[in-house]
Amino acid sequence: MKLSVWTYEGPPHVGAIRVATGMEKVHLVLHAPQGDTYADLLFTMIERRNHRPPVTYTTFQARDLGSDTASLFKSACHDAYNRFKPDLLLVGASCTAELIQDDPGGLAEALDLPIPVVALELPSYQRKENFGADETFFQIVKKLTTPQPRTENISCNLIGPTALGFRHRDDVEELEKVIQNLGIEVNVVAPMGSEPSDIVNLGAAHFNVLMYPETGESACRYLEKSLEQPFTKTVPIGVGALSDFIAEIETITGLTNLQNKVASRLPWYSASVDSTYLTGKRVFIFGDGSHVISAARIAKDEIGFEVVGLGCFNREMARPVRAFGKTLGCEALITEDYLEVEGAISELAPELILGTQMERHIGKRLGIPCAVISAPVHVQDFPARYSPQMGPEGANVIFDTWVHPLVMGLEEHLLTMFREDFEFSDANGPSHHAAHQPTSVQKENRSEEPVPKENSSNVIWMTDAEKELRKIPFFVRGKAKRNTERYAVDHGVIEISIDTLYEAKAHYAR
Amino acid sequence: MPKDAPQLGCADSPILKERGQHEVFCGLTSIVWLHRKMQDAFFLVVGSRTCAHLLQSAAGVMIFAEPRFATAILEETDLAGMADAHEELDRNVSQLLSRRPDIKRLFLVGSCPSEVIKIDLSTVAEKLTEKYSPNVNVINFSGSGIETTFTQGEDACLEAVIRSLPSSEKTQLAVLGALPDIVQDQMMRLLEQLGLENVFVLPQVKFDDDVSIGANTHFICVQPFLGASYEEMVRRGAQPICANFPFGADGTTRWLWAIAERFDVSKAKFDKVVAAPKLRAEQAIAAVASDLRGKSVFFFPDSQLEIPLARFLAAECGMELTEVGSPFIHKSLVYADLADLPATTQISEGQDVDKQLDRVFDYNPDLTVCGLGLANPLESKGLSTKWAIELVFSPIHFYEQAADLASLFARPLKRADLLKVST
Ligand code: SF4
Ligand code: SF4
Repeated sequence: MKLSVWTYEGPPHVGAIRVATGMEKVHLVLHAPQGDTYADLLFTMIERRNHRPPVTYTTFQARDLGSDTASLFKSACHDAYNRFKPDLLLVGASCTAELIQDDPGGLAEALDLPIPVVALELPSYQRKENFGADETFFQIVKKLTTPQPRTENISCNLIGPTALGFRHRDDVEELEKVIQNLGIEVNVVAPMGSEPSDIVNLGAAHFNVLMYPETGESACRYLEKSLEQPFTKTVPIGVGALSDFIAEIETITGLTNLQNKVASRLPWYSASVDSTYLTGKRVFIFGDGSHVISAARIAKDEIGFEVVGLGCFNREMARPVRAFGKTLGCEALITEDYLEVEGAISELAPELILGTQMERHIGKRLGIPCAVISAPVHVQDFPARYSPQMGPEGANVIFDTWVHPLVMGLEEHLLTMFREDFEFSDANGPSHHAAHQPTSVQKENRSEEPVPKENSSNVIWMTDAEKELRKIPFFVRGKAKRNTERYAVDHGVIEISIDTLYEAKAHYAR
Repeated sequence: MPKDAPQLGCADSPILKERGQHEVFCGLTSIVWLHRKMQDAFFLVVGSRTCAHLLQSAAGVMIFAEPRFATAILEETDLAGMADAHEELDRNVSQLLSRRPDIKRLFLVGSCPSEVIKIDLSTVAEKLTEKYSPNVNVINFSGSGIETTFTQGEDACLEAVIRSLPSSEKTQLAVLGALPDIVQDQMMRLLEQLGLENVFVLPQVKFDDDVSIGANTHFICVQPFLGASYEEMVRRGAQPICANFPFGADGTTRWLWAIAERFDVSKAKFDKVVAAPKLRAEQAIAAVASDLRGKSVFFFPDSQLEIPLARFLAAECGMELTEVGSPFIHKSLVYADLADLPATTQISEGQDVDKQLDRVFDYNPDLTVCGLGLANPLESKGLSTKWAIELVFSPIHFYEQAADLASLFARPLKRADLLKVST
């Protein structure tokens, strides 16, 4: 057993629903108790879909347990087929039905429906949402694809977008533009936006673009093996990654001189003097593996931040994230426990967090600005406006999104110089961002409230030093406090004076 | 009563009972409001990742406020040996209690997986109570989807609480059902003004609150979904008071009057106490109800609040009822409200969601009360909806909230009029 309050990922059948909901003319019959229908509202509310997800739940009850649940499942399949007339039926079990061992695949097979049926194995007690999506799409592809004559012009499939994916809607649109600009046709986008007949047709493309490894990698590997379609390995988030991605396409297709066909404003914005203050800002990055790797690269190479920590919650991506962390000199944090993430963040005291909805809240609690780069996300990260992460426009969106929560250059200096100005107190946070005031810092900052004297290592802050500490701008104060205390402990200092503060500052000077 | 009022009385009309796909929450969802109400309690769900995911989806932003609930997620190894599962649970509980020494009541909440593999949580609860008494009381109930629907989780919890209460012969009034604090205070003030002494509310806010039950305990429910708790009270010898539920001016008055009658409060005194707030409520409702009068409403089953709320909308706001669906109908509890529904109302119990959707499109009601999984899909088809969960989370009982309750239904209709761009 594992005690848990918040989970980054849902159970695997939610991944299956994400695939089914993204597609057309597909229906999923899920053997599950009534409460499991809660998953519908993720799609109707968070993603604001205007249709019910194409899922029938058997909603068996305690009194059905025994032989009855199997016939319930069969009649649910039957009714679902008759009512929705899908071209493909998916069947599977949620965690509870997995325990009663009804074998959805066998039961559905016995019905002899006139459409293909894909039986899903969703090991609920071992795997999670992303696995569920990846596996479901892989099984669909395996069932339906056949060798096809390649299209006359060079074409590709876009693989991996699903319902409830972070910015999948706009990434698809943006990437379609990019690909078409390169003179390449888009054959099929799947699973999102496709129907079973499109899946049959995947084989006509010359290669596959793997947009999201988390949800499309198994299918791409299968297509590589069975249909000899190579697939791209770089996720085109960020300017550098986009260029590598295009280089990959050049290698795959033999086309040349594709690079200068796309342009983003990020490089100039980042080079302009207004951005100088971003240099070396300390950033912590957490989310799903592929978004974290992309973000870390942008942070370091394209904006000039210092990546002080990174990690991911999906073990499937642990290896590449660890490897990438090494190149930055960081040990990657692979965990599903948000308390560990919070611990790491408060230890590192970064100036900016890039993460999920959870890290947004951790940031709020610790008074650290945050931008969202990965699922799981709340309703506000399914925006009405166009906001891709991929491609040139994605890079523009990312630049704006990440810089926005930070205190801007001039303001940063003024805050430091005039911190005694009562109308211009740093306790007010960034002037352009009133909605996300770092409340905990505000409290700490009120002059009647002393900086907490006690800490785990029992060093004591003397009044002068404490006052001096409060003069340090709030966005680096946490770090300064921690460094000074660590310095004091390391040097056997028990009472921290102003001198200790500045000795520590010199010691840790970067 | 106006002359053209429809013929009343649904108590004996046939109920459409359906069995098919249910589009509802399981009882675990109740934890989201119960943990706020019971301040020294922790709810530990023994379940799967699905249960944890459900809780965080239902709790929304509350999940970030150090809630007093969590899920012990079963893993592969727990499925194999039961003995290990008990040990694991023991370990998890001791970890939890050492982190939260303020916890006085620990609820071990059963889920579908724990029920299906038959983890005997009630035995575990007994053992743990022995181990941690007198500091912590460990109680078990099930919020599984195979046994409970949405608000029934509160019923199951309260039933277990009642079972654990000591006996006494004190003459007293127990009010059953968790209410928002402000509403509970209003209720207590009214009961006090009626001259009632020895009134207490279940579930009690603090475990240390001194409560007991016995043959001289009279009790009344403030929520219609407390069927099992009702029966457990009766089993303990307590005497039920049945009435309309306290929604709207009239509902509240009748609810209070049933109590007053039982405790021999004179009509004169009663009228004096309720006159002012009743008038206030009636006037406030009238201001909102003009938007509702003559409009038709359809209820999907959700919380068991549907029948009393339908009574309020029909009798006090002038709405027309099409179908009123409820996940369960405890006739002994909702009899009074059922008897007050227009005879033409289609009452349904249980659900086959696809067939019910066919019916809602046939009726084409002005307003549809339904869950969040259905609301946006129905809106996109041109139906105005009121999402039902809000009715469980918002203060809606008694006089002072009567107009707020009506506004919850009026707002979606008003909004549909306001918006000048079509989808
Ligand atoms: S229906 Fe059952 S398995 Fe699903 S969340 Fe509720 S208790 Fe857990
Ligand atoms: S960040 Fe704001 S909008 Fe998002 S969940 Fe928290 S409070 Fe709600």
